[in-house]
Amino acid sequence: MTLSHPESNLPDKAAEGGPIDDPGLPAHTWRPTDVDEAAERRAERQVATLFGLSSVFTLLSVVSYFAFSIGDDLDTFLGRNASNLFIGLCLGMALVLIGVGAVQWSRKLMADAEIVEMRHPARSSDEDRAETLGKLSTGVEESGIGRRPLIRNSLLGAVGALGLPAVVLLRDLGPLPGDVLEKTVWRRGMRLVNDISGTPIKPGDIEVGQLINGEPAVFFAKGPDGEKLYHGAELLNAKAKAAIVIVRMEPKDITPAQGRENWGIDGILCYSKICTHVGCPISLWEQQTHNLLCPCHQSTFDLADNGRVVFGPAARAVPQLPIMVDDEGYLVAQSDFTEPVGPSYWERG
Amino acid sequence: MRLLATRSSGWLSRRRSSPFARLAVILASLVMAGAGAAFVMPAQAAEDSADAELIAQGRELFLYGCSFCHGQNGEGVPTQDGNNFGPPLVGVGAAAVDFQVATGRMPMAQPGAQAPRKEVVYTDQEVRALAAYVASLGPGPAIPTAEQYDPETLSESEREEAIVRGGEFFRTNCTACHNFAGSGGALPEGKYAPSLVGVEPVHIYEALLTGPQQMPVFSDEVITPEQKKDIIAYLTYTEEMPNYGGFGLGSYGPVADGFAAWIVGVGGLVAFCVWIASHTARTDRKKKTEEEAA
Repeated sequence: MTLSHPESNLPDKAAEGGPIDDPGLPAHTWRPTDVDEAAERRAERQVATLFGLSSVFTLLSVVSYFAFSIGDDLDTFLGRNASNLFIGLCLGMALVLIGVGAVQWSRKLMADAEIVEMRHPARSSDEDRAETLGKLSTGVEESGIGRRPLIRNSLLGAVGALGLPAVVLLRDLGPLPGDVLEKTVWRRGMRLVNDISGTPIKPGDIEVGQLINGEPAVFFAKGPDGEKLYHGAELLNAKAKAAIVIVRMEPKDITPAQGRENWGIDGILCYSKICTHVGCPISLWEQQTHNLLCPCHQSTFDLADNGRVVFGPAARAVPQLPIMVDDEGYLVAQSDFTEPVGPSYWERG
Repeated sequence: MRLLATRSSGWLSRRRSSPFARLAVILASLVMAGAGAAFVMPAQAAEDSADAELIAQGRELFLYGCSFCHGQNGEGVPTQDGNNFGPPLVGVGAAAVDFQVATGRMPMAQPGAQAPRKEVVYTDQEVRALAAYVASLGPGPAIPTAEQYDPETLSESEREEAIVRGGEFFRTNCTACHNFAGSGGALPEGKYAPSLVGVEPVHIYEALLTGPQQMPVFSDEVITPEQKKDIIAYLTYTEEMPNYGGFGLGSYGPVADGFAAWIVGVGGLVAFCVWIASHTARTDRKKKTEEEAA
């Protein structure tokens, strides 16, 4: 390839040996910067100015870092964090101006020549292919791997056995889960309490159309040492399974499944708050349609109909917690959930 | 006059605000009936007659503006398939009326998936009258007092504590529908949880208390009045808080942010590239060497 043909600026037909003698390309026209020295100098100044402005913005972003205070004594600009806003704006401008300068440079000043590059076949030449294959078969022949099956098979065995420690070491990722996926902290007689405040709930406190984000009372209970029974990661893990929503509907709207007739009290029902699709906490409850929605993938459960899935990707109904009233009139669980809460897993299918 | 007396006494006996309520009702009735007992409880009587006037005014407004859907006595208008044109209003209380009417949701412009917040039609006084009339139909939650809902009534240090507590309650009970920044969110079939930005504290309190439309109720026994005020304090605080990250784009979360980045950001860059490529100036002039050769 050559650029030594300023008369036409078209490819050298003879040197290229192109398939078409004259492809009919239009004659090349020049940019103003190619023919006018004043324009060329102006373009040069423009590019330098853009790069120079970029440096100015970079410096301004550093100045913004020191000029605006953050934290309690926050400087604001139009209701926004001035420090973030100006550091970001200045750095953004600095980068954009480098880009715009480079584009301007290439458009106005860099070489303006059209070139043609011929395609070549991707396939290797027959000689190369024959030579490579020959080398391969010589290697196989000399190693004798085809003639010595004892060596070949023991090598295959040795490499295969290396997979075993990888599988065994996986066990150290954690203790075997056992039945923790099937059980929660709910027990017979455990009170249902309001999340955050931990106050127990009486049926009379709940109006028709009410939703309560609840937790088991044990998360708020304190041991003999005055410390909470559950804390840290243990609390979060237990909470992730035991969280509930308590709702009250008109009893006539509810159609309990067989065996669930006495799982609620006067239209008060309690369900797991964990979506059976991938385990998002769900408490978008429409009080008039009785539908509980998951915001993640729009699974929708009808709480008046045993938590049945009415829409979305969830495969199972949201589990219901059977509830009753204790001697003091507070809502308590009849038992643990009767099925695993949360998303499906391998053994459940 | 007799009509007024009967209505106001009936309203009073339902409220049963004190053990003397019944006595007061009888006395008030006597007063209203002009039986010559006006000197016994003049202040109470004056209040009663003021209430009665308000209720009468409210009834007139109701008959004109609300009864088409809610029925002439607020009993609701059922449709053939068991739904309502307008639900019964007996027992919804003054709080529900104040919320629906003073945010412009009622009267509805047309039936639809949800009554939107819009320009308020009635004056404050008319809203009070409507609320008094609907409250007289059956016992229900009253309009809360500023002491109950207004975080401005708290001292500076109390308010800071309230904001912390309110944030916890808000994130547990409200964010599922109303978004972590209170920007609101979508619900199925054209319904939505409205934005909480710029909503009057009293209306937030009333919404929690009465559960309008699809919103569940959060009764005072479960989310106590103090906790409701905490939530309002938190919302007021987040509204006043400067936007730390720059442009919040409504705090609608990653989908909206990504949309802005791809459509506005990347789209703008692509448009810029197209513009550059289509604007390369060319000239008919030749280079000096070419001219000389020619």
